Amino acid sequence: MTFLSIRNLSVRLKKGPPLLRRVSLDVAAGEVRGLVGESGAGKSMIGKAVLGILPPSVEVTGGEILLDGTDLLRLPPAERRRRIGATCALIPQDPLTALNPSHRIGPQITDRLVDILGWTRADATARARDLLAEVQIPDPDRVLRAYPHELSGGMRQRILIASAFAAEPKLIVADEPTTALDVTVQKQILKLIAGMQARHGTALLFVTHDLGVVSKVCQRLSVLYSGMVVEDSSVTDFFAAPRHAYSAALLAATPKYTDPAAGLLPVPDAVIDAVRAEVAAHDRGAA
Amino acid sequence: MAILRLLAIRLFTTLVTLSGVAVIVFFVIRVVPGNPIAMMLPPGATDEDIARLSALYGLDQPLVTQFGIWVAGVVQGDFGTSITTRQPVLDLVLGRLPATLELSIMALVMAVILGGAAALTGTRFRGGRTEGAIDVANGMALSVPDFLWGLVLILLFGVLLPLFHISGRVTPSLELPFTTDFYLFESLIRLRFDLWADIVSHMFMPALALAIPLAAIIGQLLKQSLKETMNLDYVTLARTKGYGETRVILREALRNAALPTLTLVGVQFTFLIGGTVIIERLFSYEGLGNMAIDAVINRDLPLIQGIVLLFALIFTVVNLIVDLLYAVLNPRLRHA
Repeated sequence: MTFLSIRNLSVRLKKGPPLLRRVSLDVAAGEVRGLVGESGAGKSMIGKAVLGILPPSVEVTGGEILLDGTDLLRLPPAERRRRIGATCALIPQDPLTALNPSHRIGPQITDRLVDILGWTRADATARARDLLAEVQIPDPDRVLRAYPHELSGGMRQRILIASAFAAEPKLIVADEPTTALDVTVQKQILKLIAGMQARHGTALLFVTHDLGVVSKVCQRLSVLYSGMVVEDSSVTDFFAAPRHAYSAALLAATPKYTDPAAGLLPVPDAVIDAVRAEVAAHDRGAA
Repeated sequence: MAILRLLAIRLFTTLVTLSGVAVIVFFVIRVVPGNPIAMMLPPGATDEDIARLSALYGLDQPLVTQFGIWVAGVVQGDFGTSITTRQPVLDLVLGRLPATLELSIMALVMAVILGGAAALTGTRFRGGRTEGAIDVANGMALSVPDFLWGLVLILLFGVLLPLFHISGRVTPSLELPFTTDFYLFESLIRLRFDLWADIVSHMFMPALALAIPLAAIIGQLLKQSLKETMNLDYVTLARTKGYGETRVILREALRNAALPTLTLVGVQFTFLIGGTVIIERLFSYEGLGNMAIDAVINRDLPLIQGIVLLFALIFTVVNLIVDLLYAVLNPRLRHA
């Protein structure tokens, strides 16, 4: 059953160039979809649009974001916020800036449960304690009372993951959740997210530029170029034989850790030209 | 521990500051022309009279000796005797201090409320006409000095729409059952709301005149800082949790944004206390500032010295309070 369905979503800079060009994709309940593409391809923008946190400089010019069958873009703002808060969550990119420095950890995990979902404080705190244990944080009670600056980056990312799962959301957007971390910590965090996702059966929209990560955690993926979806396939099919020339080039450009001597392969100019022409044709098709 | 160390360092720097102020005020007021003896004697006094009176007040001694005598007294809590009123300077100054403190604190509270409201409203409706209107109002409030605001207020609430008292601290015919000079606080504690209302009505305009420019500074800086904070990741994360704009501003952004503003409020508050000198004169408010002007006009040297030292002490204490508050509000500094 499809939980999130994005239909022909177009987003652009106010009076500026388009950032998303009629993007469509589905995320079934419990499914993990990777969003890949180079910087500026619009992969993060999709996650922001779903969560209602597009920057003020950006506007949605068309399309639908169906969450459990309801178009978020047609809801009044307060209702949209409440619905997103109750069913979706974000695992942010940078754990060092994503926790409020003036609040203790406890309230930052329980705030949504208490304020938005109406739990009692005691229930919410018990839940937070369980979650911290689940993300393998030792001494959860101490951490709940700690301020963010007292904890390491890896700890903070674990806390943010725990916090994302707190309200048992149907969908989590993970916005490059390992990019800001140490390479040694990256792997653990990735495993942690994959494990939590599997246990809780949460659908995941995993934004990343790392195809290696996609092969480990995702079932399906969308490849974006310049705000357009150029390929939408299952991960098995993709890694066996990417359908689109750009995807194939992107896959070939991924550094092979097993063979450092192979060097870095840039995406060939011919492929770029072809995909640009395709984007232009796609835009004309819209007009 | 950190707080104790801060206190010890501050105590030391306060002493250094006060010593410096003592030296400067003592010698400067003796270098400027005009002397108290000339003010006390009628025109046509003989040189002999002048010499006798000078000797009586010790003004014939060398400056350094005079300074030594004064400092020796101050260290023992004796600030000398006022030349015009013949009363101990300490009694005079402490008698007026509560009036000025109450006025300054009232002004500060008004400034924080007005400035805070302007900043929060401007941030809530940022990018729109409301923010533009607030910016214009802030600019106006800031570019007009406090004593001119005093005159504007007198015109508005004293003449055109007489809602408040123009002059004095309390209506003179009222019986005051107070044992301290903190009329505003004591009337509240004694539950004499009739007196309290009368005192507030006297204090309202001078306090507002002092508050308006400070409110504008607070408003501008806090709004700037709030708008920057609103773009930070933890605020974005809070939005995804389902919080509305107002909740996000108050819960997530305000406390972090208030920190830089707090330091500035401390500095500006000391300017505000300086501003009481003219404002108290304008509204005939019987505080330290008004007394300072009288003391200068009469060349009442010991009284000037006493008032200036007290002002310097207030400035350093205010700065200390700001630093302590900063440590309380910012958890990152608390354990440092």
